[in-house]
Amino acid sequence: MQGSPRFVDVFFNWVLIERYFPAIMKGVAVTIEIAAAVVVTGLALGLILAIVRAFRFLPVSALIVVFADAFRALPPLVLILLVYFGLPNLGVSLPSFAVLWLVLSLVLAAFSEEVFWAGLLSVPKGQWEAARSTGLGFLETLVYVVLPQALRLTVPPITNRTVVITKNTALGTVIGVGEILNQATTAQSFSGNATPLMMGAITYVILFIPVVVLGRFLETRFAWRRL
Amino acid sequence: MEAIAQQFLNLAIMERALPLLLMGLRQTAILCLVVIPLGLAGGLGVALLSRSPLRLVRWAAVVGIDFFRAIPPLVLLIFIYSGLPFAGIRPSPLTAVAIAFFLNTSSYYGEIYRAGIESVGQGQWDAARSTGLRAHQALAYVVLPQAVRNVLPDLVSNAVEVVKLTSIASVVALPELLYSADMARSVTFNNSPLVLAAALYLIILWPMVRLVSRLERRIAT
Repeated sequence: MQGSPRFVDVFFNWVLIERYFPAIMKGVAVTIEIAAAVVVTGLALGLILAIVRAFRFLPVSALIVVFADAFRALPPLVLILLVYFGLPNLGVSLPSFAVLWLVLSLVLAAFSEEVFWAGLLSVPKGQWEAARSTGLGFLETLVYVVLPQALRLTVPPITNRTVVITKNTALGTVIGVGEILNQATTAQSFSGNATPLMMGAITYVILFIPVVVLGRFLETRFAWRRL
Repeated sequence: MEAIAQQFLNLAIMERALPLLLMGLRQTAILCLVVIPLGLAGGLGVALLSRSPLRLVRWAAVVGIDFFRAIPPLVLLIFIYSGLPFAGIRPSPLTAVAIAFFLNTSSYYGEIYRAGIESVGQGQWDAARSTGLRAHQALAYVVLPQAVRNVLPDLVSNAVEVVKLTSIASVVALPELLYSADMARSVTFNNSPLVLAAALYLIILWPMVRLVSRLERRIAT
């Protein structure tokens, strides 16, 4: 490090901050759009899969377990590259942001299915039996009695997992999705200066600190009761 | 169908790519052996700091944990690998990966240890201290063993995450498994090396994912 003026010039260059602010903001919009889409489709699919699994129809349950295991075991970046380079060979061509959305949704679905399923199992059998004995059907018992109790327990782990997976939107830069990191590295190579990278990093912290803190709050609020 | 098999399950190409991928797998293993112990040690450090009697230290530890949990690891890695050279520091890919992972993984492990230590009742501390054990002895012999047992599923599950995360080292051209597979893909214009890499990741990580599920169930009951 050659003295502090140079440090400021290279990491906090005001001219470059002004020049690249719009690009970073464009990245913010893309990141938020994809993250929001991933949260909606990922959690919805995860919940649907957990509900389908509750019917305990063995072949279907087995398929769900295989899906959940595989998508929890594979690194998301491997899946992103595989889908991005593989799909055109199947005659399907998706834009890169759609590939990112698809892969991260499936990964979130796999993790959240496991958490929702653990939540369903944690509801005592007596609740099922009591509800069924009042004349509620299977699906009604599930929706009105079991799920509301199960979901409460799943809030903290789902929140934390969702944060981890939405942070993975940064992986999209590898296939050229114009999210924050992509804008920052592009600007860095154009300007030959590290300021855009600093801007990108700070932007991520501003975006994600609130959700990380929220996750911490929820963890104490809805703590899993451990023995 | 034939064409799809040619593109994704081409055995001839897989066979040619296998030596390269195994070399990559070796790099991935080395990387894990470096970053997981580093993260476990750093995590224990910040967890202890977050329980320091000094409020400022406690506060700094929690802010540090949340800060590095908020930055995507790839952003951190690229910042260290291509940002630090502007400050005159030129880390090798392995150093950059080690630093980025240390910061990221320590925060996650720190949070897990913290929950574990908090799950051990204050009575355990008091009892241990009253038998004449010093604070560090009470921690090492009484509190930590119970804490680790309570959060074992989370510790293993985070290790799975770290192994998966090593794949981002490919972005800074560290020749680990995914990098090797992607190189083979771009040379052969064929997706089979990527499928082979995915299979290798699955072989290693599937048993670990199963183990996590079993540990979680055992603790829950």
